[in-house]
Amino acid sequence: MSDIAQLRNDFPALDQHIEGNPLVYLDSGATSQKPQTVIDEINRFYAKNNANVHRGLHTLSEQATLNYEKVREKIANFLSVNATEIVWTSGATESINLVAAGLTQHLLQDDIILITALEHHANIVPWQQLAQRTNAKLEVIPVNAQGVIDTAQAINKIAQLQPKVFACSHASNTLGNIQEVEKLIAKAKEFGAVTLIDGAQAFLHLRPNLKALDCDFYVLSAHKALGPTGLGVLYGKYDLLNSLPVYQTGGEMIKQVSFEETTFRDAPAKFEPGTPNISAVLGFGAALDYLSTIDFATMHHYEQSLFKYLVKQLSQIEGIKLYGDLENNIGTVSFTYKSEHHYDFAMLLNSYGIAVRSGHHCTQPLMQTLNLNGTIRVSLAFYNNKTDIDRFIDALHNCIALIEG
Amino acid sequence: MTYQEIHDKLSNTASWQQSYREIMLLGKQLPTLPDVLKTEQAKVTGCESNVWLHIELDEQQQNLLLVGDSDTRIVKGLLAIVLAMYSGKTPTEAKQIDAYQEFESLGLIKHLSPSRGNGIKAIVETIQKQIAQLT
Repeated sequence: MSDIAQLRNDFPALDQHIEGNPLVYLDSGATSQKPQTVIDEINRFYAKNNANVHRGLHTLSEQATLNYEKVREKIANFLSVNATEIVWTSGATESINLVAAGLTQHLLQDDIILITALEHHANIVPWQQLAQRTNAKLEVIPVNAQGVIDTAQAINKIAQLQPKVFACSHASNTLGNIQEVEKLIAKAKEFGAVTLIDGAQAFLHLRPNLKALDCDFYVLSAHKALGPTGLGVLYGKYDLLNSLPVYQTGGEMIKQVSFEETTFRDAPAKFEPGTPNISAVLGFGAALDYLSTIDFATMHHYEQSLFKYLVKQLSQIEGIKLYGDLENNIGTVSFTYKSEHHYDFAMLLNSYGIAVRSGHHCTQPLMQTLNLNGTIRVSLAFYNNKTDIDRFIDALHNCIALIEG
Repeated sequence: MTYQEIHDKLSNTASWQQSYREIMLLGKQLPTLPDVLKTEQAKVTGCESNVWLHIELDEQQQNLLLVGDSDTRIVKGLLAIVLAMYSGKTPTEAKQIDAYQEFESLGLIKHLSPSRGNGIKAIVETIQKQIAQLT
């Protein structure tokens, strides 16, 4: 087991100065930093092993194929599912689009697609488009004034609407709230709903067991979990996954092609046309190996104590308003200061070397519900430390003085 | 404040904090645009924050009249600098102005991330386009 405080040394990008100040990276919700082992793995592939997968009989291609498929096993083990239930996509966004496109024939007019008020646009728009294609209705589980879903209320709403599709984030990208998805999934399944959980934010921080969650689909992006950009995971329960029609067509996914007709292979191959993002898959494999060396309970406890410290420090500043569920949280907090614009803060904080996200965070409907035009978002990961938070809070005080001065 | 005065002030700041303070003060001095003028049409597209801009030509003097506003302090300050650059100029004079270059010489571009720099570009391009339409 590794000493958590030492782990930040494994992330070369954290060791730099921005505008003369040490970088304080508090934007892991946008993308996580990458450990050296991930960077090395990608370099090694291109420098030594570069070859296409599932094609040549030559040594390099065989090796590449073997290593590539090993990563499918790794992520499957991580999620407690089977490797055949894992589809490589370009990201969580494409994973959701693949499922939403595939459910077109599954829905009839006036069927209900149920989502929640705190979803990322990527978990809203594909469903909205699906509803338009099928004349189904998109319904929304509301949040309270803090931006939190009341689980009991949500369960009532599911029972009342009896959705055919239920899609929900495991954790909110804007507020960090962890949803009680297990209960929501169970309720939705009582009515035969197809369930999809957006794990883009949660995967790194919660390492979910999908067998226990019992959702039909779970999506995530490698780059938010120490891996490279341009790679996503779609988990689907095998029979349901395999029953979805093909999403994109091309080479590698076919059984037989003639000019009259084409037959397709079974999942996951049928959803992976063309040459895949091999280097990203291998890099993600290294990310999963790295994560495996960190004891989950230790990491979780560390992240939670950092988060509690951050919330405590922020709460002590007069004029700061915090949103979201500050108890059940992956380590992300959104806030505003009086009626000041988030943009000014993000810009000034950058000059102190502090990287935060500002704006609507691709959750405009949630912003409308909270009656905000945007927030400043701080999102933590296990490679942050107390010094990061102290530097951020100091800089924030300075920014307030500059703005009000 | 004339553009020359702004130029002198910003050229003599000791730190980036002081630059930002001056920029935000300039924004504060720019009058708030009444809500009726904050129309969709007046919005500058391509900025991260809201920017509204109106340009007219004084028929008698043939000088440009510019008013604008933004909902953020810093962008409003940067807008104030742009407006000072163009205000009172004839359209022909205005076409000669390389505002982006001016920002470079004020040392402000390096403080602006690409997306923020693009915001300034968007404002300047909107002005240039509207001047072309006026003449």
